[in-house]
Amino acid sequence: MSDAGQKTTPLYDEHVKLGAKIVPFGGWLMPVQYSSIKEEHQAVRGAVGVFDISHMGELVARGAQAGEWLNTMLTNNIASLGVGAGQYTFLLNDEAGVIDDLIVYRIEEEKFLLVANASRIEDDFAWLQSHLAAGVQLENQSDHYAGLAIQGPRISELFQALFGDGKEMPARNRIAQFTLGSMKLWVARTGYTGEDGIEVFVAAEDAPRVWQDVLAKGESLGIRPCGLGARDTLRLEMCYPLNGSDLSPEHNPLEAGLGFFVDLTKSNFTGREKLQGIKEVGLRRRLVPFKMMGKGPPPRPHYHVFRDGKDAGEVTSGTLSPSLNYGIGMAYFATPAPKPGDEIQIEIRGQKFPAVIEKKPLYKKA
Amino acid sequence: MNVPDDLLYTASHEWIRRDADNIRVGITDHAQAELTDVVYVELPKVGAAHDVGSTIAVVESVKAASDIYAPVKGTVLEVNKALESDPALINTDPYGQGWIYVLQVEDADELKDLKDAAAYRAALS
Repeated sequence: MSDAGQKTTPLYDEHVKLGAKIVPFGGWLMPVQYSSIKEEHQAVRGAVGVFDISHMGELVARGAQAGEWLNTMLTNNIASLGVGAGQYTFLLNDEAGVIDDLIVYRIEEEKFLLVANASRIEDDFAWLQSHLAAGVQLENQSDHYAGLAIQGPRISELFQALFGDGKEMPARNRIAQFTLGSMKLWVARTGYTGEDGIEVFVAAEDAPRVWQDVLAKGESLGIRPCGLGARDTLRLEMCYPLNGSDLSPEHNPLEAGLGFFVDLTKSNFTGREKLQGIKEVGLRRRLVPFKMMGKGPPPRPHYHVFRDGKDAGEVTSGTLSPSLNYGIGMAYFATPAPKPGDEIQIEIRGQKFPAVIEKKPLYKKA
Repeated sequence: MNVPDDLLYTASHEWIRRDADNIRVGITDHAQAELTDVVYVELPKVGAAHDVGSTIAVVESVKAASDIYAPVKGTVLEVNKALESDPALINTDPYGQGWIYVLQVEDADELKDLKDAAAYRAALS
């Protein structure tokens, strides 16, 4: 793929300085790894790691009607969010297919921050703009913000080293503003790794200083800069979906097993009637995690899955789990979907390898 | 990047150690550094005949599967079974314990098309 026309984040020069291997991802040139996906993965599971998530989008909705309007656009219930609280949610099309999965934070009584996937920023913005209600202003502030995810069990030590002794992180899924010298940062207690951690949103021009500060203060804690490679292995061990792979406009959140983030008791939101209908008729398919049995090649997206000897679809996500040291993945199956313990097969280069259905998450902390 | 003088090389980053009519083949230090974290090696079948440029093995990292090509026409004589239990030998010792297979060469003249160390180094720079 050509690098031409790909965007770079405010941290691009930092990645190059650190010797990162850079790849195109969702229209961006991003670090896939600095030294080793396995080592970066283990740093997050055992100490702490920092990721550039500046490619992700920041949309801001404000106005007296913003909350009510967003509640008709998104699946989860915004009414339950106080100021400083956030929730995982979906933006659906009229067929209840997933346009994007996002986190929405109420940062002021009448102001909301939506954190969107890199490749969906324009689509999300266009969709929301075309459905905008009176009394709501929507802005795409993605170019003004950089983002860092700092994840791992040593996050609270690093947080205090950065912001001062006695400073507490926001509670899980909450967001608050902090200062670092003269810089203002939004800090959210969220992540995509299964470890404790934070996501930091900062003005683009301040990002290199924050990045360098995080790496310097984290050095004694064993911090590693981590690329998209480790981000993918970490999230897949937790069975967190990746938009474009496990989620798409052809899939609804219920079949992805994410009904927890869909509030069907809300009277009205895009896709609600469809989802209600789907729920009554029953799901057509289900996203299910699996692990490979025995030694074999790791599963990868688009490999064919076999059930009872018949082609049953494709792997949507697959990799070698660095924590477990065997192949793991997810795939959609027609209902009734196979249950934990059921055997399936993955076809890899013409040969079928045995796998077994597992429960979520694939990796459980000891 | 380590490029031993006594080996031959391909543009696709395989190294070749000649021993009479047989060649021992692996991937170069540069290739293993690019892949990092080799997690699986699909070895060729002993006795299988391969044309020059055909896929003869697959080396998988966490992120991707990469084909390894036969540098010349020949028949597989031996494969490195140690890679089945320890694929990371390709990372730790690419020119030694990380060898992948031995090929019986059909036409030694084809080896003339391979790069020497100087030419491979030049291609890397």
